[in-house]
Amino acid sequence: MVSNLIKRKIFTLLKVQYSNMLEYRVEIALWAISGIIPFFMLNIWTNNNLNEYINISDVMLSRYFLCAFFVRQFSVVWVVFSFEEDSLTGKVSPYLIQPLNPFFRYFAQHLAEQLTRFPFALLIASFFFIFNPESIWIPNFGILFLSVISTFLSFLIQFLIQSIVACLCFWTEKASSIERLLFIPTLFLSGLLAPVVSFPEYVKSWIYLTPFPYLIDFPANLLSGNTTNISGGFCMQILWILLLFPVFKKIWSRGTKKYTAMGS
Amino acid sequence: MSKNIIDVRDLSKSFDITSKEPGLKGTIKHFFRRQSKSLKVIKNVSFKIKEGEIVGFLGANGAGKTTILKMLCGLIYPSEGSILVSGHLPYRRKENFLKKITLIMGQKQQLIWDLPPIESFYLNASIYDLDKKEAKRRIQKLSEMLEIDSELFIPVRKLSLGQRMKSELLAALIHEPNILFLDEPTLGLDINAQRNLRKFLQKYNKETNATICLTSHYMKDITSLCKRVICVHEGSISYDGKLDLLLKKLAPVKEILIVCRSEEDAIQLENSGFTVKNKTRNEITIIVENNSITSSLKSILNNFEIEDLYINEPPIDEIIGKILIKKDYGI
Repeated sequence: MVSNLIKRKIFTLLKVQYSNMLEYRVEIALWAISGIIPFFMLNIWTNNNLNEYINISDVMLSRYFLCAFFVRQFSVVWVVFSFEEDSLTGKVSPYLIQPLNPFFRYFAQHLAEQLTRFPFALLIASFFFIFNPESIWIPNFGILFLSVISTFLSFLIQFLIQSIVACLCFWTEKASSIERLLFIPTLFLSGLLAPVVSFPEYVKSWIYLTPFPYLIDFPANLLSGNTTNISGGFCMQILWILLLFPVFKKIWSRGTKKYTAMGS
Repeated sequence: MSKNIIDVRDLSKSFDITSKEPGLKGTIKHFFRRQSKSLKVIKNVSFKIKEGEIVGFLGANGAGKTTILKMLCGLIYPSEGSILVSGHLPYRRKENFLKKITLIMGQKQQLIWDLPPIESFYLNASIYDLDKKEAKRRIQKLSEMLEIDSELFIPVRKLSLGQRMKSELLAALIHEPNILFLDEPTLGLDINAQRNLRKFLQKYNKETNATICLTSHYMKDITSLCKRVICVHEGSISYDGKLDLLLKKLAPVKEILIVCRSEEDAIQLENSGFTVKNKTRNEITIIVENNSITSSLKSILNNFEIEDLYINEPPIDEIIGKILIKKDYGI
């Protein structure tokens, strides 16, 4: 009975947010197109034969960057910007007095947006294969399944990090500027611009202790069939989620006490 | 005898406010060192509200009435004192408490802008654990009460302000709360929409015995809905009691409009010692204290040639205007 109610709540939330996202299909197509950084990076890498230094073939590298594009498409998070706007304009006030944490709304928004984005991402991938037919491959079902899980875990980590930053809105009015600061390591250390394996050994050992390589590099390597430590990667993803979730809960509970309901 | 559903004791709220001196010097100083001070916006407020009561909160802008409402519904955390709403501490925002209350803010909306209101209603219904059948029944009942129908299927952005407000009300009441916090619910609505909303609130209160706490700058909202008012002045309660009593106290006079037979009679009346509010040709309006109405009328009828005569209460807005600026009403 209880689980049915929870299921219905989640299902309705997703259904409504999906309907809402479909209203913005053109914008979502444009956002999908705007995520093609990995393809530019692929071009830079292959044109300069940089992959020779890290012993990855052209084909494997192009598959890696295609997978990085896919992982990025399904793990991109913008909750800090939505929450900042809603809390500064007082739009979050009615949600705060409903028996559902407002972050579930944002979470559903993101999932709905990913669903809407899916066909556009597939279309972009098809174009990629037209220009790089040698890169076509079909991952086996097991790998595909694990990649989907690790992409979802990557999304969860990013959602939790941004939610923690978003909660800083209760103290500072411009929490998104902190997120911009986090964007730099996310860009460089996540594997979006270069596979983490290309970093010097002493840097790599430090990078793997942060959550960043598990955001893009690990799921992209897994999906593209590159060598990666699967169990280690999953363990680190789960560990980061377990570490970040209580931090979010604590900061949320403290922050809501500071809430002044500005703009409403 | 109804029980107290809201019990507030010595409630205070302080906010940290930063200030900045004008000009470039002030800006640079502000950049390096923020000067902030704690401002007590609500000062030791105490009151009780009974189940089923409709109470109006009156006060000038910034007096603190909305802050009190926000603390009552648990949106903001009190600095001092205690609040008990339906046996709950509101700021803990427990599910059982949240299912009993609703907050409607005239300027804020919870409906999803690009979708028809019906989608937001079903979403709210699931948030409040209502099954689909029950949600459908409540939507039908409330939409009949609010007289909305086809609007339910039109995207919110295409609705008029009045239609949107009705939809907001439906979304906020779908879980049938028994305590309603309404912050300027009629703001921006036209006269008809305001009247319909008031009618709906009266009906909802009658049918469900819901307690309603209301702030409004439209005095008609207060006078037609509230028997009791709480006046807030600079964060403190300056009056808590019957609206009638307050109006009587603040308006101990009546206005008499006298239509004289000639302009000469009107001039004679003007110079006969009465307090004159205004005069146009043969019409004159005088102000008379409530306890001397009879004697004044007798004197006027005996000494002047009168064509017609009207006795009026002073305009309600004028009286309420006094409430907003006065701290002590001598009651």
